[in-house]
Amino acid sequence: MSSPQITLQTVTGVDVELTIAGPGSRSYAFVIDWHIRLLLALSWLLVGHLMYFGGLRMTDNPGSGYTLWVWLPTLIIYFFYHPVLEIAMRGRTPGKRIAGVRLVTREGDIPGAGPLLLRNIFRILDSLPFCYLVGLITVVLTDHHVRVGDIAAGTLLVMDHDSSPSSFASTAAAKSGLTPQAADLIQELLDRWPALDEHNRGTIARTLLARVEPQIAADDLARLSAVDLRERLIAKLSNP
Amino acid sequence: MSDNGGLQAWATSRIAAWSDLGSILDGLERKRDHTVTETLRAIELYRALGRDLSIVRRTLPASRMTRALAQSYARLHAVIYRKPHNWRERLRSLFQDEIPQVVRELRGSIQLVALLFVLTAGAGYWLIATYPELIGLVASEQMIEGVEGGRLWTEDIVNIAPSSVISVGILANNITVSIVAFVLGVFFGLGTFYIIATNGLMLGAIFAFTHQYGMAGELLKFVLAHGMVELSVICIAGAAGMMLGESLIRPTHATRRESFRQAAAKTSKVLLLCALLLVVCGFIEGYISPDPDYPMINRVVIGFGWWIVMVGALSGRLFGGGKQRQLTPAGGL
Repeated sequence: MSSPQITLQTVTGVDVELTIAGPGSRSYAFVIDWHIRLLLALSWLLVGHLMYFGGLRMTDNPGSGYTLWVWLPTLIIYFFYHPVLEIAMRGRTPGKRIAGVRLVTREGDIPGAGPLLLRNIFRILDSLPFCYLVGLITVVLTDHHVRVGDIAAGTLLVMDHDSSPSSFASTAAAKSGLTPQAADLIQELLDRWPALDEHNRGTIARTLLARVEPQIAADDLARLSAVDLRERLIAKLSNP
Repeated sequence: MSDNGGLQAWATSRIAAWSDLGSILDGLERKRDHTVTETLRAIELYRALGRDLSIVRRTLPASRMTRALAQSYARLHAVIYRKPHNWRERLRSLFQDEIPQVVRELRGSIQLVALLFVLTAGAGYWLIATYPELIGLVASEQMIEGVEGGRLWTEDIVNIAPSSVISVGILANNITVSIVAFVLGVFFGLGTFYIIATNGLMLGAIFAFTHQYGMAGELLKFVLAHGMVELSVICIAGAAGMMLGESLIRPTHATRRESFRQAAAKTSKVLLLCALLLVVCGFIEGYISPDPDYPMINRVVIGFGWWIVMVGALSGRLFGGGKQRQLTPAGGL
């Protein structure tokens, strides 16, 4: 099943399709963010406690200063993490960045502070009755995989993989006589190399090398180790 | 030259332009006040990227290059079509025009919610006046024992924690109640109805209980300075929640989802003002309300004064607005 998409219509007539993030990507980003904000809040609590008492001891009545300078910032960090970072990072948070997603309006634009605050206000509802159950159910059931806060604010979570320079580097292979299609495939294989099964990546690498270097004998190719195959592919992209 | 050869030559000629794209886009996204030169460069880049993307899509569909170019193009599009950012003008428009306009639209709902609050408060008063033993349903054992011993729980507030801590706790609690009253409107208004009704019921019940021990006057003295605005704001948040519910029951747009979105964007603006008003209420409740040195007249003046400021803010007159104008489409908060 293909992921739902929204089409960003531009005046130049060159439309762009944005892939909407599904429940998995959303949950992944949330879990990362949850850990980060929990760690930040606990760090402040620990540092504040140590500074206030000069150690890990605790008195019966720590006083108002403890509440104002230790507890209050801890709660602010925990509860304001999402709205503050989403506004400051233009629809992203560290968790969203790691998960490769970002928030956009339904027109594909960067959402303003108003919609971002509004979607966070509705967290109260989405987090009911526990573990974001309402939010998770609406994400699964809606076409665009949105929680109630996103419906209210008119925002969407779309995939946002970093277009690193390596994406374009494959074109450099033009100098080595590779077709752009073959260069693209080699670059893709190299990027996914660590994640692929050794047997599978070896087979794909040999097939690719056989296409781009027809002069190599099949026996020679079969004898190449995984390290040799990878080095040969890298050389194919980088050597003129 | 073959097709591939031509494509290779073209792609090679564009590598220099593409290699800096990431940093250029980061810079454009981060900055809000671009110079004319930067703007013209961005527009030129937008056109060039559009051409590149168009070519790559035909020749290398579903390739990494196409995906990367499409993503960069979408980012640049978002930057170019981003709404102008002038926070001073935005705030002026919000407080002078937009919030008063929403409040005018909410007037009927506010009256309805206020009536609900008054009626449930009356019901709570009647309930406890008739069946005093039911006070255990709305008040804690400690509160009941205190009143029975001739002491209001409000007298001990400043002994438990200093005013600053109390204020922060109270304002956070009040803002949460207002947000909950608003957000629960999504259940076709029933959630809001429940929050307003229970708050009214509890207030009426507590007054009836303290009245039985001749302490209703003391409680009124405590509530007066902050309560007028606090209760009004909760009713306004409730009215906003009711509008959310109504948008789902009687949609004003093609779909319930769109109707809900429009209602949420519109009414959430009022919540911002409500939160600001509740911050001051929290400080009044922390510093002035529990202080026995403040005479009744001072509390009346503060309570009414702050209420008049609230009315001025809601009508926009406090910010030099208040005239009915045609608004631009709602953008939320």
